[in-house]
Amino acid sequence: MSETQLTPTTAKGPAGAEPPNVPPSATGGVTQATVVKKSAPKSDYKPADVSPQRRVQRSYSIRLWSVRHSRLLEWVYGRFADVFLLLHPLWKAVGYSRVEGPVKFVEKRVKGFMFDCRMCGQCVLSSTGMSCPMNCPKQLRNGPCGGVRANGNCEVEPDMPCVWVKAWEGSRNMVKGEAILAVQKPVDQSLRETSAWLRVTARAAAEKEAAKAGRTA
Amino acid sequence: MTSPRIPQRDENPAGVHLPLEPLPGHSSRGRLERVLRRGEFAVTTELNPPDSADPEDVYNRAKVFDGWVDGINAVDASGANCHMSSVGICALLTRMGYAPIMQIACRDRNRIAIQGDVLGAAAMGVANILCLTGDGVQAGDQPGAKPVFDLDSMSLLETIRIMRDNGKFLSGRKLTTPPQVFLGAAVNPFAPPYDYRPLHLGKKIAAGAQFIQSQYCFDVPMFRSFMEKVRDLGLHEKAFILVGVGPLASAKTARWIRANVPGIHIPDAVIKRLEGAQDQKAEGKRLCIDIINEVKEIPGVAGIHVMAYRQEEYVAEIVDESGVLKGRKPWKREARPDDALVAERLGHLLHDNVTETQVDMVKSAH
Repeated sequence: MSETQLTPTTAKGPAGAEPPNVPPSATGGVTQATVVKKSAPKSDYKPADVSPQRRVQRSYSIRLWSVRHSRLLEWVYGRFADVFLLLHPLWKAVGYSRVEGPVKFVEKRVKGFMFDCRMCGQCVLSSTGMSCPMNCPKQLRNGPCGGVRANGNCEVEPDMPCVWVKAWEGSRNMVKGEAILAVQKPVDQSLRETSAWLRVTARAAAEKEAAKAGRTA
Repeated sequence: MTSPRIPQRDENPAGVHLPLEPLPGHSSRGRLERVLRRGEFAVTTELNPPDSADPEDVYNRAKVFDGWVDGINAVDASGANCHMSSVGICALLTRMGYAPIMQIACRDRNRIAIQGDVLGAAAMGVANILCLTGDGVQAGDQPGAKPVFDLDSMSLLETIRIMRDNGKFLSGRKLTTPPQVFLGAAVNPFAPPYDYRPLHLGKKIAAGAQFIQSQYCFDVPMFRSFMEKVRDLGLHEKAFILVGVGPLASAKTARWIRANVPGIHIPDAVIKRLEGAQDQKAEGKRLCIDIINEVKEIPGVAGIHVMAYRQEEYVAEIVDESGVLKGRKPWKREARPDDALVAERLGHLLHDNVTETQVDMVKSAH
C-alpha cells in the first residue's frame, strides 16, 4: 500500500485547524495505554478510586460485615419476606403504586447501608452470598471474572476485595448457599430504581393464589 | 486444463470459504468442532489484530499459522486496547477458508449489538464464538470510554445458545435461520476463589459452553489439581478443555506481566529458570514446550491454545517441537486452482523485466 497523506478535510476542502490534542504515539517497549496515562494533564486533585462504581459507595466495611453474617441475614430476610407477603392485602388495598414511594425510600436506605445496594430492582443477594454484584466494576452477576488478583482483590480497584470472592465466602455460610450456582439472567435495565421487595411480594402472592386456585379446581 | 486439486480433510469441495456438511451431533459447520469431536488433540492460537484498514495485514498475520492450527482466535479489543474488530477479522479469515474463533467481549456492546453481530458473523461463515466478559476500560489506551457490560460472559453464552437452539432472540422474536455456532468460554483456574473455579466452569457449561480455553498456564501442579476437581464433577466429558500456553520472551517480560496483567499467575520458579538461561527467548520457548508436554498428559485435556503475543512466528515451531499433532496436518491454505493457473501462465510477468510499449504489442500481435 502506498503512503497516504493524513490531512483532515471538510466539505469545503482541506481543514485548516490543527487536530485536537492527541497523545503522542507509543514507541518500542511502551504501550499506548502507558503513554496515555503519562500524558494526561497533571493536577493537584487526584481522585481516589478508578471506577465510578467504586466512588459512589462508602467504605465497604459494613458490606463485608453483611457478607460475614450472611446466614443471619438470610434468616432475617426470610422472616421479613413472609411478613411482607402477609401484608399483601394491605398493599393491595392501599395500592402498590401508592406504597411504592415510601417502601422504595426505606429499601434504598436500608439496603444501601447494609449492602451498598444500587437499586437494580431485581435483587439477587440471596444467590450471591449477601454480596451485592452491582458493586463489581463490571457488574457481573454470574461469578468472578478472570482478573481477580492473587490477594483476592479486584482487577479494576486494587484496594477493594473482589465482590465475588466475598460472595463465594458468604454463600458457604448460608443454608441455601448453592443458589450461587444458578445462572442469572442479564439485568433488566428498565427495572432500575424500582422496589425489589414489592416486586417479589407481588409475585409470591400471585403464585400463592395460582396454587390455591389450582388446588380448588 | 489442470486437474482440480484434491480437497483437504474438513474442507468443502465446492470452495474453501463455504461451511462444511452438517454432521449429526455437531452444532456448527466448522472445522474446530469436527477435530475435537473426532477426539483429536486440537491446537488453536491467537491472531494479533492489526491497527490498520488493510486486509493484507490480516492475511499475512494468519499465514504464519498455516498448517499448524485448527482455529485462530480473533480477539475483541483485548486489554481494552482498540484494534481491528473481531467481526472484521473473522470476515476476512473466513473468505480465505480459515477457521476463526470470534471473541465477543461484553465491555463494548450491549445485547442489541451483540445479537446482531452474532447473526452477521454466522452469515459470513464464522462457526466458533468465544464468550468473554472483557477487561475493564481502565486497562487500555482509552480509559475514558464508557464500560458497557450489559451482559456477562455467562448470560452471553446463554443468549447465543438460545439463538442457536431455540431460534429466538432474547426478546422471543423468531429467527428465520439460527446461527450454527460452536460456543466457547474462558476459564482462569489460577485466580481466586480457587475452590469455586471448577464450579464456575460447570456453570459456564450449563449456560452453553462447549469448548473452553484457559488462561495462560505456567503452574502445572495447580492446573492438575484444578483438572482433578473438574473430572470429579464430570465436566471434562461435557466440554472440550483447551489449555492456554505461550512463550515468555524474557524474565523481564514475565515480571512485567506478573505485576501489570491481573489474572496471569507466574510462579517464581518460572522466572528463575528464565533468568538462569543464556538465551532467555529460546528458554521461554523451551519452557512453553515443556509445559505442553506435561499438560497434554492430564486426563480431560482436549487441546492447547497457544497465545504467543508478538512472537506469533514461534507458534509453528512450538506446535512442531512439542509433537502434539502426532503427525496430523491441520487444514492449510492452498492457492485456488484458477489462481495457480494464472500464476503458471502469467507469473513470468513479475520476473521478466520486459517493458512493452504499445507499438511493440501491436507488432507482436500480427
